[in-house]
Amino acid sequence: MLLVDWLYVGVFAIVGLLMAALPLAIVWALAPRLSLPQKRMTYESGVVPFGQAWAQFNVRYYLFGLIFVIFDVEVIYLYPWAIVFRQLGKFAFVEMLIFLVILMIGLAYAWRKGALEWA
Amino acid sequence: MEVSWPLEIARAVGLAVVMFTFIAVVAAMLGVLLERKIGGWIQSRLGPKHVGRQGLLQTVADTIKLLQKEHITPYAADALIFNSAPLIVAVAGLLDWIVIPFGVVHIGGTTVPLVVRDLNIGVLFFAAMASLTVVGILAGGFASNNKYSLLGGLRSASQMISYELPLATALIAVAMQAGTLSTVGIVKAQEGWFGSFAFSQFPAFVIFLIAATAEVNRVPFDLPEAESELVAGYFSEYTGMRFALFQLGEYAEMFAMAALATTLFLGGWKGPLLPPLIWFLIKMYAVVFFLMWTRWTFPRLRLDQLLNLSWKVLLPAGLVWILLTGFAITFLAK
Repeated sequence: MLLVDWLYVGVFAIVGLLMAALPLAIVWALAPRLSLPQKRMTYESGVVPFGQAWAQFNVRYYLFGLIFVIFDVEVIYLYPWAIVFRQLGKFAFVEMLIFLVILMIGLAYAWRKGALEWA
Repeated sequence: MEVSWPLEIARAVGLAVVMFTFIAVVAAMLGVLLERKIGGWIQSRLGPKHVGRQGLLQTVADTIKLLQKEHITPYAADALIFNSAPLIVAVAGLLDWIVIPFGVVHIGGTTVPLVVRDLNIGVLFFAAMASLTVVGILAGGFASNNKYSLLGGLRSASQMISYELPLATALIAVAMQAGTLSTVGIVKAQEGWFGSFAFSQFPAFVIFLIAATAEVNRVPFDLPEAESELVAGYFSEYTGMRFALFQLGEYAEMFAMAALATTLFLGGWKGPLLPPLIWFLIKMYAVVFFLMWTRWTFPRLRLDQLLNLSWKVLLPAGLVWILLTGFAITFLAK
């Protein structure tokens, strides 16, 4: 049955894409197309845009991305454990406790080092 | 069991069309109208009133208007990514609904749940599809080649990934108590009035509601589109129907989050007297109303406050709650 489940997911993705594209097709048929150079300028609240969009931005965005990856991987490990830990008993719980405590130390370290500050 | 593939494909296509139409009408069209009406009531104004009876057809009129609007692709934009970004957001918002159980029907003695597919990894699948939105938003912000769009996209990415973790901890705590990731199984695990996980998993419920609000970029976490500072954030360059697709994705996502909150915490379709589907819709709209109520009541947070709340409050709280749930189940339950 598993394969059928994923067939549904695939079909939903394809049909969803087509149905989302349908209004775009209607627009293509209905809407006017009058191209003026001013119209296709980058919008900057009505003034002539200056400089590039690829300006420097805060490195913190990247830092948060890195921390996120670490913790997301951890969370992925939690999902299977959450389902079977009843059967595995006390041992599995203690093991997960150790794993989580190590990760919390990691979070505390990042916190202490100021990686979670936005300034 | 033998599977007849052509039949299954036909069923899947039919279900997909019905489902997406349902969501476009119930979530997007009705949702936008509801939002404007509720916003009107909260702010002591009338809201849309003139198109149709009491403004009921306002969104239909808006959609027809948007269909006639020209699509503008800025010179500076990366056309391919720019054009596909709204599609990604819309489809991601729609895919969540595969695992949402709407109710049960009794056919000849057996009880069949009204769900597209009761995936055995249902909750994980939902989380995965919900986080797919960030790809579309980031792509839209990046491809617009506009400073404000890029900033909005980046903010959105950092916000959505930050709140994905607390959201996941809430989902895992519920899955631990229910012993399954299947959404139908989780609803079945909630027995009676006080058996809803909103009681026994109350901290997870609170974490889920906050994180879900942030995941769908709504006030007080609407920094990505903060109209007063970033114009409209990642979709300022989008016109007409492509803007509407972003909106559709956003509303589909919001309703999906409300539906998931109903499923995981409020006992899903269960309730006395009324049919299951009606109960599900009542609960879902109650959560949606709660989300709209917060939107029209609270001011916007600053980016540092937003990230602090996620990393320093919700994530540690979620992890501790997982451990507590695990402890209670392992040592206290027999």
